[in-house]
Amino acid sequence: MRERATARIEAFPTVMTFPHADDVSVPGKEENLAGGALIRSTSQLGLWIFLATVTMLFAAFTSAYLVRKSGSDWQPVSLPAILWFNTALLLCSSVTMELGRARGKRLQTRGLRSWLLASTLLGLGFLLGQLLAWRQLAAQGVFLPSSPHSSFFYILTGLHGFHLLAGLLLLLYLLFRVRPGGNPGNRLAQRDLTNLCATYWHFLGGLWLYLFVMLSIG
Amino acid sequence: MASTVQQEPVTHRKQGFIRRYIFSTDHKIIGIQYFLTGMVMAVIAGFLAMLIRLQLAWPGEKWEFLGALFPAGMEDGIMKPEFYLSLVTMHGTLMVFFVVSFALVSGFGNYLIPLQIGARDMAFPFLNMLSYWVVVPACIIMLVSFLVEGGAAASGWTAYPPLSAVKEAIPGSQWGQTLWLLAMALFIVSFTMGGLNFVTTVLNLRAAGMSMRRLPLMVWTLFIAAVLGLLAFPALTAAAVMLLFDRHFDTSFFLPSGLFFGNKLLPNEGGTPLLWQHLFWFLGHPEVYVLVLPALGAAFDILPCFTRKPIFGYRITIYSLYAIGFLSMIVWGHHMFVSGMNPYVGEFFSIGTMAITVPFAVVGVNLIASLWGGAIRLTSPMLFAVGVIALVGTGGLGGIFLGNPTADIQLHDTYFVVGHFHFMIGGVTLFGIFAGTYYWFPKMFGRLMNEKLGKLHFWLTLLPFYAVFFGQHFQGLGGTPRRYYSFTKFTFLESLQGLNLFISISAFVLGAAQLIFLLNFFWSLIKGAKAGDNPWRATTLEWAVPSPPPHGNWGEKLPVVYRWPYEYSLEGAPEDYTPQTVSPEEGQVTT
Ligand code: HEM
Ligand SMILES: [Cu+2]
Repeated sequence: MRERATARIEAFPTVMTFPHADDVSVPGKEENLAGGALIRSTSQLGLWIFLATVTMLFAAFTSAYLVRKSGSDWQPVSLPAILWFNTALLLCSSVTMELGRARGKRLQTRGLRSWLLASTLLGLGFLLGQLLAWRQLAAQGVFLPSSPHSSFFYILTGLHGFHLLAGLLLLLYLLFRVRPGGNPGNRLAQRDLTNLCATYWHFLGGLWLYLFVMLSIG
Repeated sequence: MASTVQQEPVTHRKQGFIRRYIFSTDHKIIGIQYFLTGMVMAVIAGFLAMLIRLQLAWPGEKWEFLGALFPAGMEDGIMKPEFYLSLVTMHGTLMVFFVVSFALVSGFGNYLIPLQIGARDMAFPFLNMLSYWVVVPACIIMLVSFLVEGGAAASGWTAYPPLSAVKEAIPGSQWGQTLWLLAMALFIVSFTMGGLNFVTTVLNLRAAGMSMRRLPLMVWTLFIAAVLGLLAFPALTAAAVMLLFDRHFDTSFFLPSGLFFGNKLLPNEGGTPLLWQHLFWFLGHPEVYVLVLPALGAAFDILPCFTRKPIFGYRITIYSLYAIGFLSMIVWGHHMFVSGMNPYVGEFFSIGTMAITVPFAVVGVNLIASLWGGAIRLTSPMLFAVGVIALVGTGGLGGIFLGNPTADIQLHDTYFVVGHFHFMIGGVTLFGIFAGTYYWFPKMFGRLMNEKLGKLHFWLTLLPFYAVFFGQHFQGLGGTPRRYYSFTKFTFLESLQGLNLFISISAFVLGAAQLIFLLNFFWSLIKGAKAGDNPWRATTLEWAVPSPPPHGNWGEKLPVVYRWPYEYSLEGAPEDYTPQTVSPEEGQVTT
């Protein structure tokens, strides 16, 4: 039994390389994966669980949206066209992210860096575009309390933007960490961090598509 | 990479006092921090309960010393009605989120999960530390709200709009309510970080051989509680965001058209207060299970140790926990039978509620059957664990009445409800915390708690508890409404005045009895008898390490698990308990 446990550790030499600030004080967290670990990367698992709660958050807003929409005073506002452009930017950033992830998988540093940079800039562009959309609506005299639809629009785009901002910070951190060269362990860490980042980023892209459709239907 | 890690010596970098005990990432320290914070908040929330009962026993009395303590709420020592409502609101909020959640879920959860599954720490220790330090400002904001203009929030722990949404509605709805919402938001952020850690750790960091089917039920219940919390709390987050916007930015999510306050027409239009109730109770009901399940888990872990026999129905209990977890997400409407909902929808929620009593009864019966034929030793932890069973039974009985709309229309918002939920989220959880404390204190601090004081504490808690909260059922049947600051003006309640006074006096005894616990706790910290590694001769992993366990929990090697957690009185075994780490060669195996 003991032999089998260690054998299994060695079968996954690259397991769980997400750098914890505390790994020094808690040695050998990898040992645990010898038990009945569900998936190889503990951080990836944690991220999926986090995404589940974020999904519930937006599900709650959706149900509130549907309830409020059935009220007699519901008047949809027409959404600014720039949202289409923003959507395109965000989709492109998901593509560049995926290209970066492919580089990361092959443990290449150079391509990874540029694709990550591209995603960051595209993401930033999306956020700026969303701010512009707010400005345009406000210029038309549609403010937060103007109608229930506009209230939901501002709050939901704001909340999504807030999550995206967190993603951008993560990306910036990653860019900072990805250095050309570096030892193999470092590159494994980069790969896993890129994976996490990409999962989160695609989730936010999907979430935006969903919100965009819901808000456009009015 | 893994192999290099394994060769690393297990001696740890020396850490300063602050990194070790204040901004610590060690799950044990964080667990104890949560536990002690919960204890402080319990003293405060309990004190508020005493004030509530004081007012109800002698409404309008003058209490000079309290006047000095609360110059605004108790001017000249006489309690104002709006202050009474602030007290009820803050008592409920603190007890649910800042006492039971802290001590039972976050406290025991953080302390025990890694130890019981054989891990060195939680999956994300840094996140864990953050989760505690986010909750500290939450506590401070909640408490400071007593001092702001208008006083603390006064719309109940359920914060129903319009009362909570309109600043003019009640003094507590000015800054107090905003601070309440902010503190709750911080609490939810913290719970999310903690819950992520619980779930990830249990799924991914179990020691070799520790399959899900070998987890102690304490871990199982904490795991299910964390999953429920992660899925249910976002609904309250969404509701709180919308309420904040209604309060401060003139949106109309919850506020209907045509509301007048002080001759002023509010600008809001078309919102529905019922939306809040749905979102709130989507969290509120599962939250009850978040709090109650770990108390049951503690009882399941403690019973076999003091009966010297395995628990009954381990596997069925796990299935029942699944069923309870699932059903608890779809019964929230039973809190809203009188809100004017469609009776057919009410019927759905009623059937769901009745359905949930089935797995709950299974768990209860398994607890009782775990006592059957055992060599029972009534130590303090055991007494409180048996108390948990009694309180689940009593509280569950009241729930059957409330789950039927026909009965609930009469009982809703009466003291029947107050009595019922105090048995469940008040009693079961509190007894679970006490049972757990008497049981795991030796592991946490290396010393035993005093048995004599423990037993005294038990009887002086159990009897007044039943006096107070069973009595409240009868008050409720007699029609006594909830959240009223005095009952002297109603002739139909005159016959219940004696009972009312009796309840208040019992409540004071109950409150005073808790001082015995505090005394015992702190006295035992310093003077308690040395415990040794395994004072109860128990089987689960936490007893295989020194008390208190060192940083990193396990020495050089992680433990390997060979059997289920309740291996007592195994035939042919050298002792009447066989720890989970004993291999087949060293002792007989079962599952
Ligand atoms: C020392 C023991 C306790 C006493 C004497 C006590 C007493 C009371 C009283 C008199 C009320 C007001 C009922 C009303 O007017 O509606 C109340 C409300 C409440 N209590 Fe307790 N309580 C105790 C412990 C607890 C505990 C341990 C919890 C939960 C974890 C708890 C949770 C609540 C809640 C949620 C409310 C409802 C607040 C609201 O209406 O918004 N209590 N309690
Ligand atoms: Cu409920």
